Amino acid sequence: MADLITQDLFNGEEDTQKDKYLTFTMGNEEYGIDIKYVREIVGLQEITEVPELPPYVKGIINLRGNIIPVIDVRLRFKKPAIEYNDRTCTIVIDVQGIAVGLIVDAVAEVLTIPEQDVVTPPQLGNSQSHFIKGIGKVGDRVKLLLNCEKLLNDQELDEISKSLLEVE
Amino acid sequence: MSGITREAMLEMFIYETVQLLEKLEEITIRSEQTKAYSPEELNELFRVMHTIKGSAAMMEYQQISRLAHSLEDLFHFIREEKPVEIDFSALTDLILKGKDFIKRQLTGFEAGTDHEEDSEVLVAEIRSFLEDLKNPKTLPEETGDPAPESDAPEQEESLGIWGENRRYKVVVFFDEDCQMEEVRAYALLHQIKDLVSDISYLPWDITDGSNAREIIQKEGFTIFFRTENPEAVHQRLLATSFLKSLSFEAVDKQESNPEVLPEEEPVKTGPAVQEADKVEQQKDEQHRDDHSVAAGKPRQQSFISVSITKLDELLNLVGEMVIAEAMVVQNPDLKDLRLDNFEKSARQLNKITSEIQDIVMSIRMVPLSATFHQLNRIVRDMSRKLNKEIQLEIIGEETEVDKNVIEHISDPLIHLIRNAIDHGIETPAERAAAGKQACGKITLEAKNAGGDVLIIIKDDGRGLDRDTILKKAKERGLIPQNNKELSDQEIFNLILLPGFSTKDKVSEYSGRGVGMDVVKKNIERIGGSVTVVSKPGQGTMFVLKIPLTLAIIDGINIKVGKTCFTIPTIGIRSIFMPPEHDITIDPDGNELIMLRGECHPILRLHQFYKVQTEKTDFSAGIFIMVEQDGKTACLFADELLGQQQVVIKSLPNYVRQLKQLRGIAGCTLLGDGSISLVLDLSGLLDAFIAS
Repeated sequence: MADLITQDLFNGEEDTQKDKYLTFTMGNEEYGIDIKYVREIVGLQEITEVPELPPYVKGIINLRGNIIPVIDVRLRFKKPAIEYNDRTCTIVIDVQGIAVGLIVDAVAEVLTIPEQDVVTPPQLGNSQSHFIKGIGKVGDRVKLLLNCEKLLNDQELDEISKSLLEVE
Repeated sequence: MSGITREAMLEMFIYETVQLLEKLEEITIRSEQTKAYSPEELNELFRVMHTIKGSAAMMEYQQISRLAHSLEDLFHFIREEKPVEIDFSALTDLILKGKDFIKRQLTGFEAGTDHEEDSEVLVAEIRSFLEDLKNPKTLPEETGDPAPESDAPEQEESLGIWGENRRYKVVVFFDEDCQMEEVRAYALLHQIKDLVSDISYLPWDITDGSNAREIIQKEGFTIFFRTENPEAVHQRLLATSFLKSLSFEAVDKQESNPEVLPEEEPVKTGPAVQEADKVEQQKDEQHRDDHSVAAGKPRQQSFISVSITKLDELLNLVGEMVIAEAMVVQNPDLKDLRLDNFEKSARQLNKITSEIQDIVMSIRMVPLSATFHQLNRIVRDMSRKLNKEIQLEIIGEETEVDKNVIEHISDPLIHLIRNAIDHGIETPAERAAAGKQACGKITLEAKNAGGDVLIIIKDDGRGLDRDTILKKAKERGLIPQNNKELSDQEIFNLILLPGFSTKDKVSEYSGRGVGMDVVKKNIERIGGSVTVVSKPGQGTMFVLKIPLTLAIIDGINIKVGKTCFTIPTIGIRSIFMPPEHDITIDPDGNELIMLRGECHPILRLHQFYKVQTEKTDFSAGIFIMVEQDGKTACLFADELLGQQQVVIKSLPNYVRQLKQLRGIAGCTLLGDGSISLVLDLSGLLDAFIAS
């Protein structure tokens, strides 16, 4: 009985998370991230640098005893870095059990973007667009919806090793 | 008894049985050496087998149960009859065979199979051994049978006359302190349900009745059923755990108890047709024995087993708590305030937290005795196979180390012991020729030495052959070309290198080429070290130096730029201010420092890890001289922060996936909540030398 109730609640939660995105800004663009990945949003934490990592991995933070790596999304997208300010936020996401903090310019709001308003991004070959899994239309604005798996996944591992090889 | 609980029960069963088997082995091997069983040991052995029998039957593992049963009979006989002439080595073989059989089944269950091998052969072997024990003398009638169940013919007769498919009444009493009587009763029904039909029982509300337990305790659990195979039912019932007594009787069709059978058609109460008198009486007797054993071991009750993951979590949380406490007490908001009461309370809090930390650490500490005693078995088996006489002496088995450490040293120890037996100790003839005692001796010793535990494995065998090792090492190209004269010590250390095995012949036990290097690697993985000392003709000694615990280390915190590093104190030789001179640069551009006549390379941490810092001039920073595995280097850092005990956490998975970091073992939280990177000195020095 109790199981059933939990199940229901769980399913309910799944439903309420559907099509919801946490949006944040970087420069002039607005991005969206699937709400189901978001664990929490924290202000900028003291970051401990870890040597030998790619520049976009800023280091690790202590989040109530959990050690979490943080990625500067600007650097990840090869945009110029900006000075962190009091609007700078860390969005802690959890992708397949791996927790990572994303440093973004500012967090905006939680939006519902129905499936029919999401279009697939144009394939532009060499661009960073493989981090974008869709483009959501909200009113007359568009939100770039992030592909979290791609943001962290092994495809970039190749890239890193490639870039390291180039450096060497 | 449903499928949900079975998994948990199985886990518990395996855990308990393994523990019992270890105890069994320990006692057996000890007894074989002393050639006698003390009454306590026999009681213990008997209890072990009795418990295994009961719990295996509860889990419906008939083969294990049968085997345990036959061994139980054997111990019972020895205990009661005290036969004078026992072939101890045969007995020990038998017991160990039984132990191995059960262990094998357990491993199977753990791996997910639910199938048992047939224990028939082994049971027969045990029975015939028991018969042999009995035969030499004629036994008085009343004590003739150790346990009633073993006497199959008699039972067949007595049960046989009850006839086919008749109705039976069984009254079962459980041990007073067995707990959960109603659950046991239910399990009992489950046990026999495939053999019987038309079953009814009293109290009838065992599944949800609140007073069922009391009734069972007071009046016993009464079952009525019909069966064609009363003997089989009887056997199963007898195998029930915590059985105190059992009466098994046939009743006539018309004769049954109306008031005890609410769901049955009313039938008349009748007298029992036949009492299984003898059975009950003997069962009682057996039970009394059990009880006296149990009374002698009350400490059993005061232990609980806890999953290691929970302990790990607890350890983590306590670590957090200590840090959180520091963050509160040293909170910058409280600076320059006069807070007498606060400080008093803070001191109290500090005392409690540090006590909690100590306790949690001590929970994880496990004595080495179990690990050591499993080696007894190896020594025994191998020395018999190789026809060597070997005595294993164990010293300091009560020494405690962290649970994680134990897991890592068990295999290396087995390997070292095997080596000592196979290569080290000579055959009795060789020993006699060398003027030694025929019986070889291996000493296994553990002792505390500061933050480490030393485990010493020493044999009095032939010792390492310096020249053979040298020759072999040269053949395999393990010695560098520019070899100067090697010291004995250096030569002995060659056997720890990968690909080195002095034994040409491959024996069952050692010499397969995977050798000492694996031992070395395993020990080094947990931050320990291996040293070899040997004297020709006098023996070889291996010293394993292992840390007490893996999780907590003493460290010195240093700062480089904005990054904080922690160096394990154990690897630090000295810390010194930069000297005015004595720093030279060799033609390759390596910086070297002269220290007490020795030359050491300088490792600039800021350069190595590409950390931004202003202190690049030697005079502005500090040197830390570290040593690991005989390699030394002077680390150059900005400043020293202090010393503290740190809990090592691994770096986040994401970071580890990105890149294998050179020389960083993990990270740790400092008192102010900031993160420090813990250096792995051996990795760091290797990477530095390679670069």
